[in-house]
Amino acid sequence: MMDGSATPPASAAAAPGGVRIDGAQVADRAYRWVTTAFALVVPLLLCLIAWEVFAAGWPALSKFGLGFFTESDWDAVNGRFGAAPAIFGTIVSSVIALIIATPLSLGIAIFLSEFAPRWVRQPIAFLVDLLAAIPSVVYGLWGVLVLVPLLRSFVMPFFKDTLHLGDFALFSGPAYGPSMLAAGVILAIMVLPYISAVTREVLLAVPRSQREAALALGATRWEMIWDAVLPYARSGIIGGVVLGLGRALGETMAVTMVIGNRPEISASLFAPGYTMASLIANEFSEATSDLHVSALMAVGAALFIVTVIVNAIARWLVWRTARTAA
Amino acid sequence: MTLPRRLHFAVTVRLNTTLISITVKRFVNRWFAGLVVIASVACGSRDSGRAGADSGGSPAPRGGADLTGAGATFPNPIYSKWFAEYAAKTGIRINYQPIGSGGGIRQLSERTVDFGASDAPMSDAEMAGAKGGPILHVPTVVGVVAIAYNLPSLAQPIRLTGPLVADIFLGRITKWNDSRIAAVNPGVNLPAQDVLVAHRTDGSGTTYIFTDYLASVSPLWKSGPGMGKEVQWPVGLGGKGNDGVAGLIKATPGAVGYVELAYVKQNDLAAALLQNAAGQFVPPSAASATAAAEGAVAKAPANTDFRLSIVNSPGAQTYPIVSFTWLLLYRTQPDTAKARKLTDFVRWALTDGERDATALDYAPLPAALVSALERRLDSIAPPRVAR
Repeated sequence: MMDGSATPPASAAAAPGGVRIDGAQVADRAYRWVTTAFALVVPLLLCLIAWEVFAAGWPALSKFGLGFFTESDWDAVNGRFGAAPAIFGTIVSSVIALIIATPLSLGIAIFLSEFAPRWVRQPIAFLVDLLAAIPSVVYGLWGVLVLVPLLRSFVMPFFKDTLHLGDFALFSGPAYGPSMLAAGVILAIMVLPYISAVTREVLLAVPRSQREAALALGATRWEMIWDAVLPYARSGIIGGVVLGLGRALGETMAVTMVIGNRPEISASLFAPGYTMASLIANEFSEATSDLHVSALMAVGAALFIVTVIVNAIARWLVWRTARTAA
Repeated sequence: MTLPRRLHFAVTVRLNTTLISITVKRFVNRWFAGLVVIASVACGSRDSGRAGADSGGSPAPRGGADLTGAGATFPNPIYSKWFAEYAAKTGIRINYQPIGSGGGIRQLSERTVDFGASDAPMSDAEMAGAKGGPILHVPTVVGVVAIAYNLPSLAQPIRLTGPLVADIFLGRITKWNDSRIAAVNPGVNLPAQDVLVAHRTDGSGTTYIFTDYLASVSPLWKSGPGMGKEVQWPVGLGGKGNDGVAGLIKATPGAVGYVELAYVKQNDLAAALLQNAAGQFVPPSAASATAAAEGAVAKAPANTDFRLSIVNSPGAQTYPIVSFTWLLLYRTQPDTAKARKLTDFVRWALTDGERDATALDYAPLPAALVSALERRLDSIAPPRVAR
C-alpha cells in the first residue's frame, strides 16, 4: 500500500526536473500577473461602485437637482425625495461618536503605553481590541435593551430636570429614548477599539530617546507625555481617529436600531434622526417605483461623496501635521 | 507616516459596505439574470425528460429546485412551511427567496423566477411592464395587523375607532386621556400620558395594509401621507421590522404602533379592540379576519381579478385591518411540465395548506374564495393551446 502510493509522485517529479528553469520563469510570470490582477480588483470594484451608484441615482439627481441634498421631504407615495436629514444625521451621529470616543481612547492608550505594568497592559489591550470583534447587530440589541432605557430614564431626565437644561435647544423636546444621542453613544463604543488600538501602537512606537530627553530636561511625567510624546505621535493619532470616523459614517445596523429613524433635522440631541446608510438599508428591498430606487441610489452617491470628502480632509490633516512636525 | 497611509485604505473599504452590497445585487441582477433563466430552462427540460421517474413518487435528491419564487417577507413563515411539507409529500422542491414584495415583482417581471409573491397588488403599470404577459393574482392567506399599545395601568383592552387611529397617527391626538378616546371607553380610567407613535421604517407590506386602512377611514390621511409600503409619517419613531416596532412599544410606556398579529402574541403586547364597519368593537384574530375576507369577496364583482382591498369589510364579526397576500403567476407558461407543477402546488396550498394558517397567526381564506381560485387556476395555459 505505502509503496504503491509513493511511486507515482516520484516518477512524476522526474519529468519536470529537466525543464525546471523554463517552468520557474512561467510560474514567475504567472505569479506576477495573478497578483497584478488581484491588486487591480480593488480599484476596479471602487470604479464599478461609483459608476453604478451615480448612473442609477442620476434620474433622481437630475430631477431634484441640488434640492436633493438640501430638502428634507422624503415621501415615497408622492415621489418627493430630499436627503438632507439623512446626510445631517450621518455626519452629526459620527461627530458625537468622535467627541465621546477620542478623549476616552486617548486616555486608554496613554495609560496602557505609559503607566500600566506589563501584566495589566496585555489583558486590557486584548479586551479593548475584543470590542471590535462584536457584530454590530449585537451592539444594536444592547442599545435597544440597555442603553436606550438607561438614557430615557436616567440620562435625559438628569439633563432636563436636575440641570434644568430643557429650554436649551440641544436638550429640548420629549425624551423618548431612541435618539441622535443614543446613536452617537453606540457609535462611540464601536469606534473606541479602533482609535485606541492605533493610538496605543503609535505611542509605543515613539522612541525612548524622546521620552528620556524630556525627562532629562526636568519635565514631569505629565509634561513628558503632553509635550514630547503626543506631539510626536500626532499624525498617527489623527489617522486612528479617521479610521474611527470611517467606521462611524458607514455603520448601518446598530444605528438603525437606536436612532429612531425619523427623517427630520433637529437641533436636539434627544430627538430621533436618520442616517444615509440606514435609509438605504431600510427602504431598498421594498422600493418599487423607479424614482424611489433611483433616489436611494442617489443617497448612496451622497454617502460616497461624503466618504471621499472626509478621506480628503483626513489625508490633508495627516499630511499637514506630518509636515509641521518634520 | 506609513501607518496612517495604510489606514486610509481601511477607511475607504470599511465605509462602503452598504454601497458594495447594493451594487453587487444590482450588478448580478442585471448581468446574470439571463444565466438564471438559461439554467432554469435547462433544468426544466431535464426534468420533463425524467417526468416518468418523478411520478414514481421517490423524491430523488437533485441539485437545483423544481420551482423558484421570490417576494414578500410577510407570508414567509407559512410559505416555507408549505414548501417543506410539499417537498416531503411530493418530492417537488420549491426555492423561495423572501427578498421583499418589490424585489419579487421586479424578478417576476424579468422572468428570473417562476412565481412572485407580494403583499400589495401589482399596479396596472407594473402589470403592463411584465415581460411574460398577463399576470394572475392568487390570494393565499389573510394577514392581520393589530394596533398594539403599552398602557400597563389598563385592565381591559382599549377601544379605538378608525378616525381615532388615524388622528393618533396624524399627531392630532397626543394624550391618552383625550376626550375623544374617553368617549368610546366609558368607565375606563385613561392615564394622562403622552402618546408615542411607533411605525415601520423599512418598506413593508404591513405598512401597506395599515395605510390602506387609514386612507379608507380618514380623508385627511388619504390626502396627506396616503397609502404605500413606506409613507412620510407625520409623527413618531421608526422601528426596523415587526420586531423593531414591537420592541419600541414594549420598551416605551405610552407607545402605540401596528404589528402583525403573530408579534402581539410573541411579545405579550396588548392589542386594541377596533370598531368595524358595522359599529362593533372586535379584537384582532384569525376568525375575525377570515370573516372580513368573506364579506369583501361577497361584495366583489363576478369578474374580479382578486386584486381586492379587504380593509373595513362589512359584517358584524369582521376585524377591519386585514389584507390578502398574493402569489403572482404568469397566465401563459412556456414550459408545460413546470406549469403543471406550479398549479398543482398552488391547488394543494389553497386546500391542504390553508390548515396551517391559524397556527402561524394568519387567517385561512374563506371556502367560497378557494373554489373560485381553483377555477381561475385552470386558465393557466402553455403558449400554443393544444386542447
